[in-house]
Amino acid sequence: MKVSFPIMGNSYVAFKQLVEQIGHEPVVPPLPSSRTMTLGTTYSPEFACIPFKILMGTYLEAIEKGAELIISSGGHGPCRAGYYGEVHQRIINELGYKTKVIIFDSVNMAFKDFFKKLHYILRTGKTSWWQFIKVYRTVWDKLLALDEIELLAHQVRPYEVEKGKTSEVYRRCLAIMDQARTRTQIKEAKEACFRLLQNISQDKSRKPLKIGIVGEIYVQIEPFANLDIQATLGEMGVFTKRGIHLSEWWMETTHQSHNEEKAVAAARPYLNQMIGGHGILSVGETILYARRGFDGVIQLAPFSCIPEIVAKSILTQVSRDYGIPVLTIFLDEQTGREGLRTRLEAFVDLLQQRRQKRLGGAVS
Amino acid sequence: MGVKIGFPRTLFYFIYFPFWHAFFSGLGFEVVTSRPTNKLSLDLGVQEAVNDACLPIKLYHGHVAELKDKVDVLFLPRMVSVRKLDAETFCPKFLGLPDMIRNSIAGLPEIIDEKVDLARGFFPLWKLGLKIARRLGYKKDWHTWRAFVKAKAAQDKYIRNLAAGVPPQVAMETAVTGEPVRLPDVPVPDLNLAILGYPYLIYDSFVNIGLFEKLAQMGVRAWTVEMVPPHRLEVQGKNLSKHLFWHFSNRAVRAAFYYLNEKRVDGIIHVTAFGCGPDAMVDKLMELEAKNRGNVPYLTLSLDEHTGEAGVLTRVEAFTDMLRIRRREHESVVSHHG
Repeated sequence: MKVSFPIMGNSYVAFKQLVEQIGHEPVVPPLPSSRTMTLGTTYSPEFACIPFKILMGTYLEAIEKGAELIISSGGHGPCRAGYYGEVHQRIINELGYKTKVIIFDSVNMAFKDFFKKLHYILRTGKTSWWQFIKVYRTVWDKLLALDEIELLAHQVRPYEVEKGKTSEVYRRCLAIMDQARTRTQIKEAKEACFRLLQNISQDKSRKPLKIGIVGEIYVQIEPFANLDIQATLGEMGVFTKRGIHLSEWWMETTHQSHNEEKAVAAARPYLNQMIGGHGILSVGETILYARRGFDGVIQLAPFSCIPEIVAKSILTQVSRDYGIPVLTIFLDEQTGREGLRTRLEAFVDLLQQRRQKRLGGAVS
Repeated sequence: MGVKIGFPRTLFYFIYFPFWHAFFSGLGFEVVTSRPTNKLSLDLGVQEAVNDACLPIKLYHGHVAELKDKVDVLFLPRMVSVRKLDAETFCPKFLGLPDMIRNSIAGLPEIIDEKVDLARGFFPLWKLGLKIARRLGYKKDWHTWRAFVKAKAAQDKYIRNLAAGVPPQVAMETAVTGEPVRLPDVPVPDLNLAILGYPYLIYDSFVNIGLFEKLAQMGVRAWTVEMVPPHRLEVQGKNLSKHLFWHFSNRAVRAAFYYLNEKRVDGIIHVTAFGCGPDAMVDKLMELEAKNRGNVPYLTLSLDEHTGEAGVLTRVEAFTDMLRIRRREHESVVSHHG
């Protein structure tokens, strides 16, 4: 079967191998482009959020490439994302396609359903559970390695001497990782990528500003959705750390790591209720960034994202209490790269001035 | 006791006020509501709320701002869920609403923001009532029980009246004062329309710019979510493979299924707020269902703080005109055959 999946950051490199090794033909959709966006907005409800629209476009492009089955993830609300698969499927049918959308809701809440769907995919791919476990471990290694490489790239970028060099090397790294198949190869490829990134000539005398990025998971992870915000800031000489990577998210949902709990606990005095999506984390992580001495926080959210709107209204108070500037950016299909850049430059300027004032004060 | 409890006249007010009014007055408190939504609540709301919030949330801020200096305690419950169903809750903005209010409006009195989560445990509503009464310093649980029973009766009566098609203002008034229902005169309708949406849009005639009065003048009988018998509404849930997450959305979508399946209406008007998150899903679902189940005409009416009377009127008139023309054409087709 021709199987496709959404693009979310660098994870497609790993998912491609996953689909291939469980016996299906992977259809890697084109990386999101303005065409994806146009297709997506044409067929989506007007007030659906930008992740919905990008996914809609991506699915249609995957269908053009022959995808018969699309695998995606869901959720249990009250964030809308958990219901998106349902609506995507209806729109796809409405357009006259037969492609099926399979949505995996979280393992711990819909255990039976999760395994039923997984079983279907393995059976049609003629893969045994035993083989699957082996494949899973390999792909998991790959996903982790990809995230580690990305993290390193974000660390190197603010110091790079030649502007844009890191991004160029990073793209090369993705191609290298794509070639690696076995666990040994993945390990070697990762080390090679690390060397490539570390060998970029860096100016270590710089003292980059530190900005924490919080917000909705998809727009944090997918550079097309956030107009490459981390690379843009990195090239302005700012170090950024974002709240979530896909491998971390998986660890959290399967209870293998517990960083989220810290953020939730930090948010308690301000927001004592899970509100779906990443709303409570946006509040909690902002507080944690402030405690760790970051210079500022950027909240990224899709336009009309409800949990993030709640978070935003609370963040004004957090920002006052902790003395940390917070910039909220709502993204939609109208958001332009240059407009965003101007806002980022202004924010970075502000942070720079605050830092100088603080340092000046300390010296006197 | 003379303690004044403030209840904003918006959002949950339109569904749950009869209960809380009877409950608090049964305990001897004075219940004070804000005035019906007006220009002032709107202006205050726009001023106090985060600008990305939807109209109903802004209005809630406005009503709270109007009330805060007139009362001793504000009742701003955190609505989480009201029944056992999968993962059904209220919209995330409702879940975080007390926190939004607290972090946006200065100089608030004491707030009762007890969590209304009726999906778990036994007699959750009674336990909630007890908790609130005790928090207000009320020690005689027997009296609380008496107030609780009265409150439930008032609420049941209100819901029954709404289901029978009593106009919401009349139903609310009779539920609160306990007087018998007096129905206003309206022209005999020749069109039936389902007006679907959340109670705080549907039943607030400032927000929807007098939609129901206008429909009545145009000879349209309006059918709402609350007019579907509860058990009939419930069974419509099986039309979707996954329940929606939001209480009011589930009700609206199910009502749409009901009216479409029973072929009771000539068209559907979905009343929504600009930028409403859940409605991005709800609207598309209803639109596709209306199309696939007999091509029923469907209109989305999106409201925000800039919505003007003329705009709404024109669109609704055009819609009803279209329905009548359609009907005439349909009739003439039938007459050809026989």
